[in-house]
Order: sequence, then C-alpha cells, then structure tokens
Amino acid sequence: MSRAGSGRRLRLLGRRPATRASAPAPPGTTRIEVTGLRVERSGRPVLDGVDLRVRSGEVHALVGPNGAGKSTLLAAVSGDLPVAAGTIEVDGRPQGEWSAVELAMRRAVLTQRSTLSFPFTVAEVVRMGRAPWAGRPEEAQDDTVVAETMDRCDIARFADRPYPSLSGGEQARAALARVLAQRAAVLLLDEPTAALDLHHQELVMRIARDRATAGDAVVVVLHDLALAGAYADLVTLLGDGRVRAAGPPATVLTAPLLSEVYRHDIEVVPHPRTHLPLVVPRRERHHPDRPDPRDPFDNREPSDRRDGHPGTVPPADPLATLEKT
Amino acid sequence: MTEVDVRPGTTGGPRPEPGRPARDGDRRRGWRGRLPATDGNRRGRLLVVGLGVALVVVGLVAAGRGQVQISPAEVLGSVLHRLGLEVGSLPAAPQGENALWIVRFPRVLLAAVVGAALGCAGAVMQGVFGNPLAEPGVIGVSAGAAVGAALALVTGVTVLGAWTVPAAAFAGGLATTYLVYLLSRSGGRTEVVTLVLTGVAVNAVAGAAIGLLMFVADESGVQAIAFWNLGSLAQASWSAVTLAAPCLAVGLAVALLDARRLDLLALGERSARHLGVDVERLRLRMIVVTALLGAAAVAFTGIISFVGLVVPHLVRMVAGPGHRVLLPASALGGAIVVVVADLAARTLVEHQELPLGVLTAVVGGPAFFWLLRRTRDRAGGWR
Repeated sequence: MSRAGSGRRLRLLGRRPATRASAPAPPGTTRIEVTGLRVERSGRPVLDGVDLRVRSGEVHALVGPNGAGKSTLLAAVSGDLPVAAGTIEVDGRPQGEWSAVELAMRRAVLTQRSTLSFPFTVAEVVRMGRAPWAGRPEEAQDDTVVAETMDRCDIARFADRPYPSLSGGEQARAALARVLAQRAAVLLLDEPTAALDLHHQELVMRIARDRATAGDAVVVVLHDLALAGAYADLVTLLGDGRVRAAGPPATVLTAPLLSEVYRHDIEVVPHPRTHLPLVVPRRERHHPDRPDPRDPFDNREPSDRRDGHPGTVPPADPLATLEKT
Repeated sequence: MTEVDVRPGTTGGPRPEPGRPARDGDRRRGWRGRLPATDGNRRGRLLVVGLGVALVVVGLVAAGRGQVQISPAEVLGSVLHRLGLEVGSLPAAPQGENALWIVRFPRVLLAAVVGAALGCAGAVMQGVFGNPLAEPGVIGVSAGAAVGAALALVTGVTVLGAWTVPAAAFAGGLATTYLVYLLSRSGGRTEVVTLVLTGVAVNAVAGAAIGLLMFVADESGVQAIAFWNLGSLAQASWSAVTLAAPCLAVGLAVALLDARRLDLLALGERSARHLGVDVERLRLRMIVVTALLGAAAVAFTGIISFVGLVVPHLVRMVAGPGHRVLLPASALGGAIVVVVADLAARTLVEHQELPLGVLTAVVGGPAFFWLLRRTRDRAGGWR
C-alpha cells in the first residue's frame, strides 16, 4: 500500500514517468549486456575489460579462483558498484536510467550472505520478494507465487518459523525463495549452493535450469566446476579481474586452462555414463604405509613398512586408520 | 487450520506419497489455503485496536486522578457534553470542569502525544539502523533536540512565534540524528558497540552544551532548562498540545507510508535496493521523520528516555517485526506508557511531583541493560 501511495504521489507531482514493467522476450534475447567493464577498489582495478552477455533461456556460470572478481562482477551487474569504465545495459538501456523499482522488476539478486535484522518469519521473508510488484496487477498473484516458491525450495514446512531460527542451509534456501518470488526475468545468484548439502545443491541448480527453460536469464557464481559443467549453457572463467575464457562448458572447462588459472594441477574427466565433465584437482593416492614421492621429508624406503611385510599392500581402510589415531 | 488439497500439477516440493510416514511438512501444508501472514495480521490488528481502547481508558482514568478526584464516567460525561452530546453526568466535584479542561486534559493529551512520538521514533530508528537498540534517548537525538530548544529559550529568539521552540528542537534533533547516522555506520550497517558509544559521545557533548547554556542563562532560563534534564509534563498547555500534535501526525503518517520499505531494510541495504527501495532517499526521509518526532517529544517536556526502546520491543514480541503493525502499535503503546508514568509521577507522592524522566529511566535503564545482554547473546558477542 505504501508503494502504491508513493507511486501515485510521484506521478501526481510529475517527477517521474510511470514505472515500466519488463516485457516477456523470446529465448536468446539479450537482457543484460556488459561491455569493457572496469571496477576499481581504492584506485586499483578489481575488474578490467570484462564483457558479459546475459541472455534469456540460458544459465550462465561465473567461475574462477578466490579473488578473481566473480562476486564483484555480479555486484556491478546488480547495480551495487560504481563503474570506472565501460557500460552495463539492462533491456537495452543504461543501467543508471532505470529507477530502483524498475530494476527490481527486471532482475533479482541473491547475495552471498543473507542477514536479517529482525525476526521475520520465513513466509514474511519470501513475501518481501514481491515488493516490486506492490500496487500493480501482478500483486494479485502474491499468495500463489509465495506458496509455490516455498514449495519449490523445500521450505514450506518452515513457513511460520522465524527466519533466524533456521539452520544456515535452510536460511540459504529461504533467501533463494525470496529471490525467486520476485519473478524477475534475470536471476543473479552469488554462490547459491555454498551452504547446501548435496541434495539441495542439485535442487537449487535444477531450479536455475528450470527457470532458464521457462525463459529467464540466470547468472550464477559457482565454485563447484562440475556443477557448472552439468547445469550451465555458458561458462565465463575469470582470473585476476579479467575474462580468461567464455563459452560452452566443454570449451572453457579444459584441464590446461583451469590448471593455469587456478594455479593447481587439475584434471577434467568425462563421467563414465553421462559424459558430463568432472573437474578434480590431481590427487595422488596417499598411502600411510608408502613413502610419498612428492614429500621431500618422507625419507622412508619403499619397503619401510611398520609390519615388516614386503609384499603387496592391501588398500588402506580409512576408518581403521582413523581409529588408530 | 484446515487441510487443503494440494493441487496436482503445480511445482515440485515433497508430496505425501503412499507408504511414506507423514512428516511435519505435510501437516503444515495447510497454510497454502490461507494468506500466509494472516495470523500475524489478525494479531496485529487486534493489538492495535486493543491498545487504542486501552489508551482511551487510561486517559479517562488519568484525567480524573489528582487533587480534585473525578470518576472516569464523569470525565467521559464531561467530554461528551463538550461534544454536544447530553449523555452521562458532569463532574460532581467543585471546580471539576475547570480542573479537567484547563489542567488535566492538556496534560494527558500532551503525555499521549509525547509518548506516541517517542514510541514511533524508536521503532523508525531501529528500522533504519537495523538495530533493536537504537532509541532517541540512547543515541542522543533527544539531547540534541533539547540543546536546540534550550538555545532558543536562552537567546530569547522568537522568529517563528510560538513555533520557535519546537522548530529549534527539530533543527537540533535533525542535526544530531544525521551526525549519529554518519558516525556510527560502516559498510552499510551499524554495529551495536559503535552505535551505543556514539550515543555516549553525543550525549556528553549535548550535556556540556546544555550546561554551558545554563551557565550563561538568567534565573528563569536556568529553571526552564533544568526541567528538560529531568523531563516533566508540568508545563503542559493547550498550545503545547496544538504544536506537538501536528509534528506527531506528520511524522507518523510519513513513517506509515514507508512501513513496507522499512520491512525490506531488515534484509540489509543491498538487498533492499535489489527489491526496488531507493535506500538513500528512504534513509533521509526517515531521519527527518525521527527529528520531527523527537522535536514533538522534547520541545515541551524535555528528555523522557527509554520509552522508544522498550515499547517497540514489547510490540515485536507480541505481533512480530512488521512495521505496518509495529509503527502504530508502538505509538499507541508509547502513549499509554507515558500517560501512566505521568499519572504515577504526579500522584505517587502527595502534593509533590516526581520528575517523569526520572521515573521512566528507573524502569527503562534495567530494561535497556537486559536488551543489551540479549542482543549480545544472540549475536554471539559484540558485533
């Protein structure tokens, strides 16, 4: 009611044209276009020369090592950071020309940490996602949207509980539900899977996938490269504030490139059944009874076994090792 | 709660399958059938209506207490007769009508206005700072407003006529609120320690300024300023009511228009902006509102602390933190508290008047301490 009132007031005063809602667009339409973006923090560039095109119908993953600028890029695209150089266009207009409400009708943002100053219930928090639509025809769908979204994120059973009383993973899903309830055509998700168990990681990525299939554009910051390989249409690999590679997962998630950007030996192997890329750091099998060739301090002879047995070594039982220590 | 069929074909989520034992979630699914927040809303409406009725009753009782005793029924009768309704009986006591209409009603009404302004200002500040410990008295806004009002009194400036003192209080409150806001924020949020310590600093400076003003003021000025430091409704008059009430009305109305946006601010400034809130403007509007409410509360009665802290907190415990209920309920609750406190202040000791500010501080201080401890325990340390 408050927004409706203020909207009318503003219009009566002739200060701002009527709020423009987003129009649906066919898949492949460019929703957000970033060109030559440069963002600085205390004079130093944290992003430089970054291009990004966010299109409806696509899941676009942003990956890269810590400090590569993934979250900064997402924050800039959300409109949170001053842009030092380059442009960000939303639905064909410079980002700064949209009002806060108009932007909220176009893009929803899930930030990394979701805190809450006061103990609103989960249902109330999810309902906050409907705020941009207050006083518009879309407001009539509030109840259905909130209910559906809570169901989808598997938090319906917490509806009446205070948000701060939930566990970290439950809070993360409630925050995601709020972002989904906004029903914006662009979803910007900063590490939505970080606090989640395996089941809920997959749930969240399937939701992202479904929203893209339904015509939304999804940008998602991920640390798990296998998740990116499995669910993303496009992957942008960032390193040191620059785009190191962008394209379909198969062309970006390659062992030499990842090894270089992450400064770690990385292997990419196809899943035996699905052939989806599995990205794993190169690990040698660590065996407590054998000398580690990479360890300069491990001077044991190969036969230096505690039980004195020189023969073949049975595979170590990790549980047994744990119990010993 | 009624069980509602889950419509087939809607989006996923766990469904009760045959053979799987019912989980807690299944039972709760019933909420789909009603507005999710209905419980809170109904509770909130009940609370607001209940507090409204309670305020009227408390007001009628308070107006009848004092040296001339008048029963609540007679007080009501007197009001109705003035409104042109020949219902009920007029005060039987000699001078009853005069006692009511010249002394008691302005005092009770001013108490209600001041209390409402304090309660509402506390709720607004807590929303803007994202911190349940913000309150006009604690963070020094009341003191700033008192400096402004004292300055106007001592210098004898009357540029704005009767509005001079409230206007000076408003200016003092505005400057202090803005200052505290600038000083106590970092990275888009206000930490408890920073906020409280900023309040200590601001209160110290304001206290020094008031002391200095008392030093330069003449006899009558000293007396006028002294009553601010204690807080009292003894100087209530109809003109004070007519000056303070519009400040309250405007402040409360603007705050209510922004109630939903204040809710969103609980998510943090970034997320509020992502949901379409123009945070900068909202913040400025709310600082002006707080100063306006602070001026209404301080200009004629001095500093009455802790009402704005305790009342919104109690309301949140009953009706949840949503500002559409919190703001009006805190205003009504604050009004009740101050009317009752003033009644106690002038009737506890016969032929004497306790300073109201002293009374609220005696109750409010420990409550503040308790809140502080709780906030710390919840946050797992000072943050």
